[in-house]
Amino acid sequence: MRFEGTAHRYGRDVDTDVIIPARYLNTSDPAELAKHCMEDIDAGFVAKVKPGDIIVADENFGCGSSREHAPIAIKASGVTVVIASSFARIFYRNAINTGLPIMESPEAARAIRDGDTVAVDADTGTITDITTGEVFTAQPFPPFIKGIIEGGGLIAAVRERVAK
Amino acid sequence: MPRPMTITEKILAAHAGRESVEPGQLIECSLDIVLANDVTAPIAIREFAATGAGSVWDPTKVALVPDHYTPNKDIKSAEQAKIVRDFAHAQGITHYWEVGCMGVEHALLPEQGVVGPGDVIIGADSHTCTYGALGAFATGVGSTDAAAGMATGTAWFKVPSSLKFEVTGKLQPWVSGKDLILHIIGMIGVDGALYQAMEFTGDTIASLGMDDRFTICNMAIEAGGKSGIIAFDETTRAYVEGRAERAWTVYESDADAVYDKVYRIDAAAIEPTVAFPHLPSNTKLVRDSRHVNVDQVVIGSCTNGRIEDLRIAAGVLKGRTVDPRVRTIVIPATQAIWKQAMHEGLFDIFVDAGAAVSTPTCGPCLGGHMGILAAGERAFATTNRNFVGRMGDPTSEVYLGSPAVAAATAVAGHIALPDDLD
Ligand code: SF4
Repeated sequence: MRFEGTAHRYGRDVDTDVIIPARYLNTSDPAELAKHCMEDIDAGFVAKVKPGDIIVADENFGCGSSREHAPIAIKASGVTVVIASSFARIFYRNAINTGLPIMESPEAARAIRDGDTVAVDADTGTITDITTGEVFTAQPFPPFIKGIIEGGGLIAAVRERVAK
Repeated sequence: MPRPMTITEKILAAHAGRESVEPGQLIECSLDIVLANDVTAPIAIREFAATGAGSVWDPTKVALVPDHYTPNKDIKSAEQAKIVRDFAHAQGITHYWEVGCMGVEHALLPEQGVVGPGDVIIGADSHTCTYGALGAFATGVGSTDAAAGMATGTAWFKVPSSLKFEVTGKLQPWVSGKDLILHIIGMIGVDGALYQAMEFTGDTIASLGMDDRFTICNMAIEAGGKSGIIAFDETTRAYVEGRAERAWTVYESDADAVYDKVYRIDAAAIEPTVAFPHLPSNTKLVRDSRHVNVDQVVIGSCTNGRIEDLRIAAGVLKGRTVDPRVRTIVIPATQAIWKQAMHEGLFDIFVDAGAAVSTPTCGPCLGGHMGILAAGERAFATTNRNFVGRMGDPTSEVYLGSPAVAAATAVAGHIALPDDLD
């Protein structure tokens, strides 16, 4: 999987309440949720995000609630991958389970600036800041988790098991 | 001999059918309970349908609690709640509670004996970690994990390493489990326990009642923890006896179990604590916070909406009235707590003080309904999160603290200690 897009830069502890505020949780429709993605941290996000764009953030991205609406909203907004120094663990699970690619790289998260063009090769874990020419390597997923992602997410894995 | 293990490792090993496990290992565990609520269950139900399983693995082991936007806030929430209700009835789910029996999930499940010591529980709600207070492994997951759990009765976990918090000594007056956990979060930060299990031990913890223990484990997630846990003891036994619906198993950490880090905390040094906006780790002492005026006080939630919390708040409010500028909302977390509070005369105290008493709901805790903040308003709440926009407008603010401080704040009109009121 290869992605290329413009980076939208945020700080540490970006929580699920600012990714998708609870006042919109009375629906689970991805398109509806996408209309309010990042609303309480960056009110202009929805207007500026383009398909293929990338979110970059510091430590503990996605902390707070277990709402899967958060990765769903990010994915539906057009963002292809989130790069962060670290992820909150429920968000990490949810992203894997719902098929939102995420990459852990403190070096990349520190160096990439807002508006940089960034290319990501999820298979090799290579992150290239095309604007500056810097190249970084993300932590690879353990094989077990890679299996879930490549198999099409957790539900696909369960479907296979149920069918047996 | 298996390697020495922590209580968390032992519970996970037993549920994975292994003699031992170690941190970092990826394992599959059998589950005792899978939980979801009216926000997370609709997605879980949609994903469950996609698994092709047809029926849940065990209708007595799935718990569905419509607590966030109920009694239904608006048409959209009514539709979400209906999806959950229809699914519960179609699947013959035994642990489903309608408005009138419903309570805030993390107060309700332990109270009803649905979760017990030694269990492995996943819940599509981050505060599922609350049940660790019973000596169980309980952790929050997303809706898709809950769907897979409902279909198969299993979940995959990476075995967490553990942090040990050894708390010793006597807590000062007006210092509660809430102050203790806020103190710890302030000390280690909102990612201080990322991917780790937080084990709370020591004579201070042993001296606490179950309600304080639930409060402590409830907020493990606010430090990024995967779970919080307190080992079974006589207090736990007294709570679960006659309540637990299944036989329970007691586990305890080996003396030579390995921890990533051991924190030794002197309980006597902890003072009443408040978390300022916009992170639970942004803690200050209540005595340094008296300059903060508030527009609303909320006493309730899965963190501090239990009977002991209401008793403490009532003790402070008795014979007093709240500041006329402070909207004070008391929300007993379950119907049983509501009834108990009514019998004990706590409602007379609240109502005479000028506070509103609500039916059980999450309501304002997540900015859902029943007390939403306007732009620039401030609330003091006994809840667990104070993120931007958590209780309403993105420019509003939430301060977190104990029921005693919340009640004193309601009377004073600004953040205050109960002793300030005399
Ligand atoms: S009371 Fe608040 S934190 Fe607890 S389950 Fe409800 S919304 Fe979540």
